[in-house]
Amino acid sequence: MIHKEEGNLPRYGMVIDLDKCTGCGACMVACQSENNVPFKENETNKLDSITWMRIFKVSNGEPFPGTEMVYLPRPCQHCEGQHPGHPPCTSVCPATATDYDHATGVVSQIYTRCFGCRYCMTACPYLVRYFNWWDPHFPADTEKYLSPDVSVRMRGVVEKCSFCFHRFQRAMDKAYYEGRKELEEMEYQTACTQACPAGAITFGDLNNPHHQVHKLKDSPRAFRLLEKLGTNPKVYYLSSKKWVRKACDNEMGKEHNKYRPKRK
Amino acid sequence: MKFDRRTFLTLGLGAVAGGAVGINFTPVPWKLTDDVSIWTQNWPWTPVPQTGETSYKQTTCTLCPGGCGVSVRKVGKRCVKIEGTEGHPVNNGGVCLLGNSGLQYLYGPDRVRGPMKRAGRRGEGRFIEITWEEAISEVAEKLAKIRAAGKPHTVACMTGAQQDTVSALFARFLEAYGSPNLFKSPTAWDTQRLSARLMCGLDAAVGYDLDNADYILSFGSGLIDGWGSPVHHLANYGAWHDPDTKEKAYLVQAEPRLSLTAAKADAWVAVNPGAEGPLALAMVHVIIADGLYDKNFVNSYTTRFEDWTDPDGRQQAGFKRTVLENYSPDKLAKITGVAPERVRKIAREFARARKPVAICGTAQGDQAAALYHVMAVQALNALAGNINRPGGMQILEAEGPFPWPDVQKDAKAEKGLEKPRLDAPAAKPYPLADGLIHAFAGAVLAQKPYPVEALLVAGGDPAYFLPRASEAKKALSAIPLVVSFSPVFNDTAMYADYILPDDLYLESVRDVPSPPGLVPRVVGLTRAVTDPVYASRPAGDSLIAIAKAMGGTVAGSFAWKNYQAALKQAMGGKWRTLSSKGYWIDESPAPSWTQLFGGKRFSFCPTPPAGGRTGMKPQPLVVDIPGDAKSMPLLAVPVKSMQLENGQMAATPFMMKTIPDTVLDKADVLVVEVNPQTAGKLGIGNRKAARLATPFGEADVLVVHNEGVMPGLVGLPCGFGHAGYSRFVRGKGANYHALSGAVADPLTGHDVAWGVRARLTQA
Repeated sequence: MIHKEEGNLPRYGMVIDLDKCTGCGACMVACQSENNVPFKENETNKLDSITWMRIFKVSNGEPFPGTEMVYLPRPCQHCEGQHPGHPPCTSVCPATATDYDHATGVVSQIYTRCFGCRYCMTACPYLVRYFNWWDPHFPADTEKYLSPDVSVRMRGVVEKCSFCFHRFQRAMDKAYYEGRKELEEMEYQTACTQACPAGAITFGDLNNPHHQVHKLKDSPRAFRLLEKLGTNPKVYYLSSKKWVRKACDNEMGKEHNKYRPKRK
Repeated sequence: MKFDRRTFLTLGLGAVAGGAVGINFTPVPWKLTDDVSIWTQNWPWTPVPQTGETSYKQTTCTLCPGGCGVSVRKVGKRCVKIEGTEGHPVNNGGVCLLGNSGLQYLYGPDRVRGPMKRAGRRGEGRFIEITWEEAISEVAEKLAKIRAAGKPHTVACMTGAQQDTVSALFARFLEAYGSPNLFKSPTAWDTQRLSARLMCGLDAAVGYDLDNADYILSFGSGLIDGWGSPVHHLANYGAWHDPDTKEKAYLVQAEPRLSLTAAKADAWVAVNPGAEGPLALAMVHVIIADGLYDKNFVNSYTTRFEDWTDPDGRQQAGFKRTVLENYSPDKLAKITGVAPERVRKIAREFARARKPVAICGTAQGDQAAALYHVMAVQALNALAGNINRPGGMQILEAEGPFPWPDVQKDAKAEKGLEKPRLDAPAAKPYPLADGLIHAFAGAVLAQKPYPVEALLVAGGDPAYFLPRASEAKKALSAIPLVVSFSPVFNDTAMYADYILPDDLYLESVRDVPSPPGLVPRVVGLTRAVTDPVYASRPAGDSLIAIAKAMGGTVAGSFAWKNYQAALKQAMGGKWRTLSSKGYWIDESPAPSWTQLFGGKRFSFCPTPPAGGRTGMKPQPLVVDIPGDAKSMPLLAVPVKSMQLENGQMAATPFMMKTIPDTVLDKADVLVVEVNPQTAGKLGIGNRKAARLATPFGEADVLVVHNEGVMPGLVGLPCGFGHAGYSRFVRGKGANYHALSGAVADPLTGHDVAWGVRARLTQA
């Protein structure tokens, strides 16, 4: 397949400002309630607790009272890879259950194709993928709040953040109906972006100079997680603290910045 | 053609290569894997959500006092998602994790599905369903019987901290019925209100215009840990850190533990626990000594700053002299644990800022504060001259009681109301006591001054939140009639004889008082976004029905057709705006100093209403946590976070998913934070099991080393250890309140304990 127009197509991405993030957890729950994420009685084992968006606590490890802490929300990084469409997870999937959407840059997970080999989970360096070890159970009448926009996953499949792709589909439906082919910035926003009380998450088309994320990603505060791996993620973080940038990048000398897009 | 070895190999290899190529080009294996996946996923028990028309309905969230406007997405008749209402003055589209997971309460396993009557032992949680008619008539009959026996005063009632129409109706019921025993959980906002009454001479709530402040000095207030109106403050925090925001606020957090707020503040002052007030006084000293205070305000609108003469003609030391002589940062350094230089630096920054403000009420502000602390902080605000100024402390004058007709009282009611309150003996030593809920359990168990015959729980969760919760549970078991109006099976409902479940904020209309501390005031209204999911009823309607069933003056005091009518009358002129817009915002400008004080002045050393002629001089009070420091050398302090608890409801299953394993361990064991230095001395390694003991109880814990905790303290997360609710929260970890005891403020008598003595031993 040849994608000649790759450069002009939207590349949806996220910029998360760690200076603003308060670690309140609203994004996590907004995501769970938007995407019919199952829950179980004991969620303390974080290896089998499904959280598409998860907040990590990062400390500078200095002794009291010099201790500093930041909170790092981690959705799927929607890696672009070294060539468009080559995130670490898609190339290993034997069932084509995870795919890269060239029209948006979103890495999808197609539940009905997944047969649960979990190869993608090992391939993902960000641990964003979760396996359904059990059938989902919705106690009492909680089945009533399930959204028809997102299918409920059964036991044996892998799931992860989709950048609320169903919201993109809804917005596109509306746009087509109105005779448009492009979306306005605010027409497609993820549930976490919408819920964040501090406004720490910005979402939009990284390629579109009119979108906020386009400007924010070039901020001197910007960095990406484990950039040295060359996964080329579409989730950017902002922090004014050097130790944060260093801890999240795990920088190793010259390797750092090797894969970073050139600033204008 | 000869079929030799070469031909064989060529054909053989060709077939293998062809097969290998072919298998990649034929769709058969891919189709097969796909089909196998699909076939193995078509199970009837995997829910397929029904589609339907999408609509959005607005209401106000009542899960915490924050008062956020929420927008509920509906698909057909089902509610599928809660989002923040764009443009709402409180939260402008933002929503917290509790608000976001409200539908897990609406449809969830915690709900009381209809009126219930106890079938098992108290606390066991076994109930049988009864009809509403039975519930109302049985409760009314029992209450009428107690009244007929001339003991109306033996009926007590607990309401939540919020003063909404439902709480007011319960207060009214008690008055008409003839009992003085109304209890509510005091909060830091009540202490601030009391302080405003003393210092400003006004019956007013205190608010802080944090939207416009540029220097915020927080004495332990968890601005981003759920204090006041949480989402509003989170939004402010985001705005302060936006590169495009021109007016940023500098946040200084004084707190012994690196809370979320401390971690995210611009500066963190690790003050000794319970010493926030003395730290404020040390700053007052710097501001006065350097002459950095607002002289116009202090000279023209305050009193007792300089030395003054009391009514007996004696000369009294003024605020200025008392502070200058006694409370220098050097003298108080030992109490506060903060270096004098740091105190001076911050005090000067505060006084020189354009719009500084000092705020108080530790953590979520849901516990009463020490009155001397609050007064010291309000003195800081007065010296900064920020009262009613943009970005300053706002005096929000109370609007008075709801405009309802007078309560009808017969002789029985009059007689009952004359009886002393249950907490009267406990309240005796405290000149400013006004209802000590933490003394309730003791009074019930001691049957002094009289035995309690019945308790109506219209709000709050005393079995969980009262200090020494085990004692509270015993007391609940000892009361012959306990009626709960809780919409969920909380810890207290487990002890009730009758549960008359209230609606949730998504099912019926009720008022939501302005969130504490918010400027300007925003009164909200909940709306029936959906038909009641279960057989619940608005608590106001249940109460009116009970009153009507009792007849006489009690019924006469509740002459409304239903709760809706009472609500409409209570809201008066606000009703039209409320019912059309969903909220009412106070748009009147803040009164100027002259208008506000009228002939009165702000008093730095106010005279308490109950006697004392010398005025209340500033005191560097450190609330002392009693107990044997030898056997219990550590101090356990509560760790409050929005992820665990905000308001009176337990966490939802979604919230439990957000809790990291550094807070709740795999075996559902409570994780406590200890400084590595302290843990090292005790010989307890990181992530090692230990036994935590306090004078009031013991719990198995897992010790996690945390550099952000002051040495000598044990951070104990709040919100766990529920005995009620569903299996998604019940029995996880331990309840801080059950392990802690009350410590009374010397003036108000309210529980102002900031921690509890503790011992950690290796398990």
